[in-house]
Amino acid sequence: MTEPNPKVKPSTLTAGTVTPGSLAAYVPDARRYDELLDDKGLVRPHWQPLIDQLTRDDARAVARRGLERTRRLIVENGVTYNVYADPQGADRPWALDPVPLLLLAEEWREMEAGLAQRARLIDALLADIYGPQRLLCEGLVPPELVFGHPNYLWPCQGIVPRGRNWLHVYAADLARAPDGRWWLLADRTQAPSGAGYALENREIVEQVLPQAIRQLEVRRTTGVFSELREQLLSHGDEGENPLAVILTPGPFNETYFEHAYLSRQLGVPLAEGTDLTVRDDTVYLKTLAGLKRVHTILRRLDDDFCDPLELRSDSTLGIPGLLGAVRANRVVMANALGTGVLESAAWLGFLPRIAERLLGEKLSLPSVATWWCGEKPALDYVLAHLDKLVIKPTYPNQRFEPVFGHNLGGEARKRVIQRLRARPYAYVAQEHLSLSQTPIWRPHGALGFAATPVSIRMYAVAGLSGTRVMPGGLARVAADATIDVVSTQRGGGSKDIWVLPDSSEDTVAVGTSRSPGAQVRHDDIPSRLVENLYWFGRYTVRCEDKARLLRGTLTARSDEGVWNAAVKFCRDLGVISIDGDPALSLDDRNPQGVVADVRRLAWCASQVRTRLSASYWRAVNEMQRRLQDSVAAREEPRAALDQLLLSLAALAGFAFDDMTQDEGWRLLRVGRRLERLQFAAGLLAQHLGSEWATRQSHVEWLLEAYDSTRIYRSRYVVAPRLGPMLDLLVRDSEHPRALAFQWRAIARDLEILATSLGITGELGLDEAIPQLTDAKLMALESDGADAVQARQSMAERLRALSWAAGQLSDRLSLRHFSHIALDAQALAT
Amino acid sequence: MRGSVRYRIRHETTYAYRNDVVHSHQLLHLVPRPTAYQQCQEHVINVTPAFYRKRNEIDTFGNLVTRVEFDHPHRRLEVATDMEVEVHPRPAVDAADSFSWERAAAELNYRNSDPARESLEACRFRHESPYVRIKRQFNEYAAECFTKGRPVLACAEELMRKLHKDFRYAPGETTISTPLMEVLKNRRGVCQDFSHLMIACLRARGLAARYVSGYIRQVPASPDALVGWGASHAWVAVYAPPFGWFELDPTNGMFVGTDHISVAWGRDFGDVSPLRGIILGGGSHRLSVGVKVEVIPS
Repeated sequence: MTEPNPKVKPSTLTAGTVTPGSLAAYVPDARRYDELLDDKGLVRPHWQPLIDQLTRDDARAVARRGLERTRRLIVENGVTYNVYADPQGADRPWALDPVPLLLLAEEWREMEAGLAQRARLIDALLADIYGPQRLLCEGLVPPELVFGHPNYLWPCQGIVPRGRNWLHVYAADLARAPDGRWWLLADRTQAPSGAGYALENREIVEQVLPQAIRQLEVRRTTGVFSELREQLLSHGDEGENPLAVILTPGPFNETYFEHAYLSRQLGVPLAEGTDLTVRDDTVYLKTLAGLKRVHTILRRLDDDFCDPLELRSDSTLGIPGLLGAVRANRVVMANALGTGVLESAAWLGFLPRIAERLLGEKLSLPSVATWWCGEKPALDYVLAHLDKLVIKPTYPNQRFEPVFGHNLGGEARKRVIQRLRARPYAYVAQEHLSLSQTPIWRPHGALGFAATPVSIRMYAVAGLSGTRVMPGGLARVAADATIDVVSTQRGGGSKDIWVLPDSSEDTVAVGTSRSPGAQVRHDDIPSRLVENLYWFGRYTVRCEDKARLLRGTLTARSDEGVWNAAVKFCRDLGVISIDGDPALSLDDRNPQGVVADVRRLAWCASQVRTRLSASYWRAVNEMQRRLQDSVAAREEPRAALDQLLLSLAALAGFAFDDMTQDEGWRLLRVGRRLERLQFAAGLLAQHLGSEWATRQSHVEWLLEAYDSTRIYRSRYVVAPRLGPMLDLLVRDSEHPRALAFQWRAIARDLEILATSLGITGELGLDEAIPQLTDAKLMALESDGADAVQARQSMAERLRALSWAAGQLSDRLSLRHFSHIALDAQALAT
Repeated sequence: MRGSVRYRIRHETTYAYRNDVVHSHQLLHLVPRPTAYQQCQEHVINVTPAFYRKRNEIDTFGNLVTRVEFDHPHRRLEVATDMEVEVHPRPAVDAADSFSWERAAAELNYRNSDPARESLEACRFRHESPYVRIKRQFNEYAAECFTKGRPVLACAEELMRKLHKDFRYAPGETTISTPLMEVLKNRRGVCQDFSHLMIACLRARGLAARYVSGYIRQVPASPDALVGWGASHAWVAVYAPPFGWFELDPTNGMFVGTDHISVAWGRDFGDVSPLRGIILGGGSHRLSVGVKVEVIPS
């Protein structure tokens, strides 16, 4: 490639249509290609309509409104990017600058053709590497690049995927050099990320700049995903309804948001390794209704983690036996296992000759000049020209960060040279390419445009009729205007790419690009997800019950008798530790305390995140954060509990108004109810068995802890007494806190569940609600030995009911979730 | 053939699990592969409990592999192989006639032209593998064996003797997950560690080396009994042009001949472990392995 060609650009703008104020702050770096301005400093014609729109009125106000709206939409849509050990917390809001990068149809056409050719080449190359290895025999590929690569999967040698299709989603990073040409920087063949973010970016920018996108007739980007979906769902055997899943490493992965987003966009369920099982060379999804055959796996998991039986045995994320199913051609992996071997900069220099050998074609997309140091002449060149080069590792598992030769001095330089000489094949040198620059809206300080280096990621997918390139993609801008390394992990931002229509063609229909987003069928929901929904329901209520009990206890401080009894209850139930003083602060070390339960609740929520709306998810996070803060600050516990109860009430609201009411939701509800029944029956039994069961102050306290004081007052004229309290809390079929109410509701939900899942064999509570006649109630609250006896036996009945609730819970998990209760282990002799 | 030895071998592996294993996939490398120096005349693998499916295949290194799948709850897995193998003596070579180690390594380097078939095959065993990371320390440890211009076989032999001398055979003190760097530091281990270490020292010099698993002749009563019987054994093959692959046993400090019966080879233990499996359930487990190697009198 050519050397950077510094051209002097005038910093004052002369374009007549531009108001000096709006672009005056845009100071391009003359050594870079500028996307917006030409050599003379004039706005390039294809940018003019957009710039006009953004600067027509008060440009500052437009920028401020645009940025605000973007930020709000990102939060509303819950777009995040997880960064391990990020000071901003695990979930970082996605960074998007709404000013798009504009590309002309003519230049795009060339890039598109280049990318499609490259996708074809890579499929042919993989077919050779995992097949006859002719290129190795002919010396066109160094053995080091294959046999030395950690992602060359030995057990995959000889496997030919269905349709000879290795790549289903392929991405490449490109940048524009000062000469105005686009150069390829890297191929992404493993499990390319970012396409989901690109679609999300478009959805947001479309709402921020609705007029501009219509006026410019920007090409739509969602079409390729419909084609991908169609292809992924085309691998069923005759008469089968094909099922595809997205395999994710789980919620702690940095791009988990995208996995969930693609799941919605493609209408295929999101599954973790433990949701899938291989029996007889066939992959199955464990669902609530049983095992369902999986035909296609769109994987977002690196290939060496996919099967602990034959690949990395330390992987807990994969599916044991998967390779057997792949070999038997019973499942399609997208991308095929083994494609990661091409993720190395070392390949770039060899691809032109490989293209001529395999395709008989010249590679149309040039890649940045690259030297693999495993060849003696290349190493000599690299050592002689270190200052002009970037040194990178050949293999992805090497501990070596890319370094710019010109930044290396003294000792550091010596060390790098030593490494290069010791293991030359493990290093690659690349020409340093100055990225082009494009305008962004300054996010802070003075509003207006700033120039920032940009690179782009393009995507190609395998459709039924061949390779299709997404007309658009993900533009990434550097966090620092002076650097040439763009990385989302290092805090850079993103942009939408607008490909303008071809002037020679009829315009493609433009409008909102929001696709309907096919629905995942309910019966394809993995049972792990449902199990976590169930426990999410249980923990929400458990936290509420415990918080209420604690708060009621704190309220009783002034009455020593009640206080002692209440503290004893709390201790017996484990809500406060044996030596804990509830009045001091909330104890976050007690494993049975409310703080620990809130943590469990949040964990369950993180596992079912795809099923929660963004605001639901935010409410959970907010609740946990606040509680943690108040614990850390040793705040007055009553205030903290009040706050917590308020948040929990909101969660209950979300659970009923904000979720799809399918089987998963129904089990969440069963979880809530079983928890309430178990806790309430247990607490009432405690009370009945105690010596103060009939004392008014204690009954009052209990009513408060049950959140039933008000309803008691409206229902009964008498002051709080044991008899009417039991009438209300046990027998009432309309009071939602009464045992009878919960009992019936659980039975109803289980019946509906059994019907909708087509399950026979009734599951239910083994204990009935104790029959309470008026006479019995009278007897229970009298004095004397007989009454004590009656109370004890009632307490026994309630304890049995509480135990039965626990039993039912176990049986539910056996029936619906048990095939996942076990962990796979790897053993080798 | 003159000097050939016939063996009867029994290899038993038993897993006793604390809880039910509900599903299990196992990969067995238990049948000796045919080579120029040995033939397996007879073998039978007995597996209990009843398996759901069993299949024989050949892996990417040419080894015989058996896949077994179990889908019924069980608390005990027994795999017993009985085989008869005939092992022939190998021709003697003069180490001095092998290429210098520098040349042997350089011949494997990529030179922008089509490589010899044997070299390309050797290149498969020249790089880091999961159990054999290549570190500077291995080069330092083995430096005295690789003097300038020395024939590669002489280097390998000295390296084998050095390992045999420096390291103590200490069963139970390492596991398969003990890092090689730790083995190097503590100077003790079992045949897997000795072999991995020797492979690492050879590969660190750019040479090709592979891991061979198998059995060793059993002479329990003898005072000079070979180490490694009673269990499966492992050793090393080094690519030594112009002779090709040459096998050495660093655990016993000897060349491989008719005392060794090879089963499989790969880049390291991970490619050829006798039993590799993933189970669902099971909890903790107890493992017992027994190997009996008898010479069949001719």
